[in-house]
Amino acid sequence: MTEGSRATPPEPVVCVATAGVVAADVMRAVEQAIAQRLGVAVARRPRLVDPAETWDPVRGQYSSIAMMRSALAAVPPAVARLLLVTEVDIFVPVLSFVFGHAQLDGPVAIMATARLRQSFYGLPVDGELEMMRARIEALHEVGHTFGLTHCHDRECAMSLATTVEHVDRKLDDYCTGCAALVGEALARLREPGETVAGLRGQT
Amino acid sequence: MRKSWRILVVDDEEVMRVSLAAWLSEDGYEVSTASSGREAIAMCAEKEYAMYFVDLKMPMGIDGIETMMEIRRLRPDAAVIIITAYATVDTAITAMKEGAQEYIVKPCNPEEISLLVSRIIKVKNLQRENLILRKKLARQYTFADMVSKNSRMQEVFALVRDVADLRSTVLIQGESGTGKELVARAIHSRGSRASRPFVPVSCAALPETLLESELFGYEKGSFTGANERKKGRFELADGGTLFLDEIGDIPSKVQVELLRALQERRFFRVGGTEEVEVDVRVIAATNRDLRQAVQQGTFRDDLFYRLNVITITLPPLRERREDIPLLAREFIDRLAIEVGKEVDDISEGALKLLLDHTWPGNVRELENAIERAIVTTRSHVLLAEDLAFLAREGGQRAGWTPPTDLTLDEVEKEVILATLRRTGGNVKEAATILDIDRSTLYDRLRRYGVPR
Repeated sequence: MTEGSRATPPEPVVCVATAGVVAADVMRAVEQAIAQRLGVAVARRPRLVDPAETWDPVRGQYSSIAMMRSALAAVPPAVARLLLVTEVDIFVPVLSFVFGHAQLDGPVAIMATARLRQSFYGLPVDGELEMMRARIEALHEVGHTFGLTHCHDRECAMSLATTVEHVDRKLDDYCTGCAALVGEALARLREPGETVAGLRGQT
Repeated sequence: MRKSWRILVVDDEEVMRVSLAAWLSEDGYEVSTASSGREAIAMCAEKEYAMYFVDLKMPMGIDGIETMMEIRRLRPDAAVIIITAYATVDTAITAMKEGAQEYIVKPCNPEEISLLVSRIIKVKNLQRENLILRKKLARQYTFADMVSKNSRMQEVFALVRDVADLRSTVLIQGESGTGKELVARAIHSRGSRASRPFVPVSCAALPETLLESELFGYEKGSFTGANERKKGRFELADGGTLFLDEIGDIPSKVQVELLRALQERRFFRVGGTEEVEVDVRVIAATNRDLRQAVQQGTFRDDLFYRLNVITITLPPLRERREDIPLLAREFIDRLAIEVGKEVDDISEGALKLLLDHTWPGNVRELENAIERAIVTTRSHVLLAEDLAFLAREGGQRAGWTPPTDLTLDEVEKEVILATLRRTGGNVKEAATILDIDRSTLYDRLRRYGVPR
């Protein structure tokens, strides 16, 4: 869009991409949650980033920062937000692991399902529970990209979870306050004159 | 949404700095970053942060411990969390000894860091609440620009309320700097004359002839330089209040004229033949013992009785020490704005110094001391070192007259005994105050036959 154009922008699209192989049911759960709770179109882009490039041999984990950099460089055109989903265990340097990592009010978020799996804790697979966790984590990280910080409502998808038990306390939805904030952020994207995508974080 | 607390992350490694900042930002904190100790200190001096995450090992420039110490000096209430990948008991102990609130080893568990931050914020919230309550309490103890919870001062406030609407003369007694003019202004502003002028005159500042013309005015040609008629303070205060400060210092000739003016509410201008009638309430103040001055014949008894209709006696600050913390904080709040510095509290150590001082210059001296400390401090909280001049100047007690009828030995003995009384018999403390060795002090005690 050229500067000064007042044309109505296209409906915001959230792109869900994968870093490496991600189970199809996880991707479906994530896409559905975003479409249902945010009311936006969802596009899928498989294998946008290769997790092997983000492997940190010292930590024995995958670097979320490196993954974020790769994702930023590969954001598809005309998408409002990009959620990168990976099955690998990711970390930020100061922490032992993270469930996800997002740019606050920026275009890219990452979620990792490794620690959402029951098998990570030596427990039998529970497909329903794991899909629920994936939905919650997707809404949480995408919420950050719309400027939402952690919520005090422990059932809200935006409340802070540092353990999988915390994730299980949450619902796969935003509380009224957070839902309103996401709604406002989406409304701003739909305003004529706004550039597509809110990709202002990109350089 | 919660009130946003500010956090500063200090780490020379960009990736570490950015990732911690991002993690904390997601929690709703306002996070800034610094890539070196020096940058962090500059930012800390500029702005207050609720907590500081400082990497212990920063190879360039000053390290984490030094950075933390400087931050703690600038912001004694700051919570500093040392981060290190080089966890050894030694560094942990050093960090904690130097005032680190917490110590974390990276990579740390997200739950650990989250609990740590929320624990610190909980304390910060309590501190903030405490500050608000303290301010509310201070307001409760505030009366017309005066702050006190002392019972004698509360009686003064009650008396001020009672006499405000009367026309009676009020005599305010108290040492210099106890707030006599503030009381006079409070009486004026709370009474029916509040909308009329409040005219202060410092009687001691003017020589006899000037004081006379200043009080009563003069007619054109009454003396050299009197080129036109001038109204005196009595006339200027018509309908309002005339505040005669340091009334004990007025010369006897003016005392006569003042007595007449108080009795008759009428007077002559200097060089005038026509009487001027005024409606003035007089409030007089003195730091002298007027009764004694009457006995000594330097103050007219009839004027004393005329003035002494309602007497308000203000206690010196040393007799209302409980007000020192209240007053100190009140002065900090006001003077920091006037001086244009971001100072908002006082440390316990500094308060102790204030409480130990004798304050011969009373509240005014305290106000000046706080202002001086605000001007010179490099911290956002006044520290004991900012008030060190009190201890240095403590020896020069205003109003203390050295005895002239004692031998040097007798003076020394009296000083030693007085100091020991002050320290409750603690020889070590007494020796420190006297700036002599303990052995020298014991030696003197033996010499003067003081039993140990």
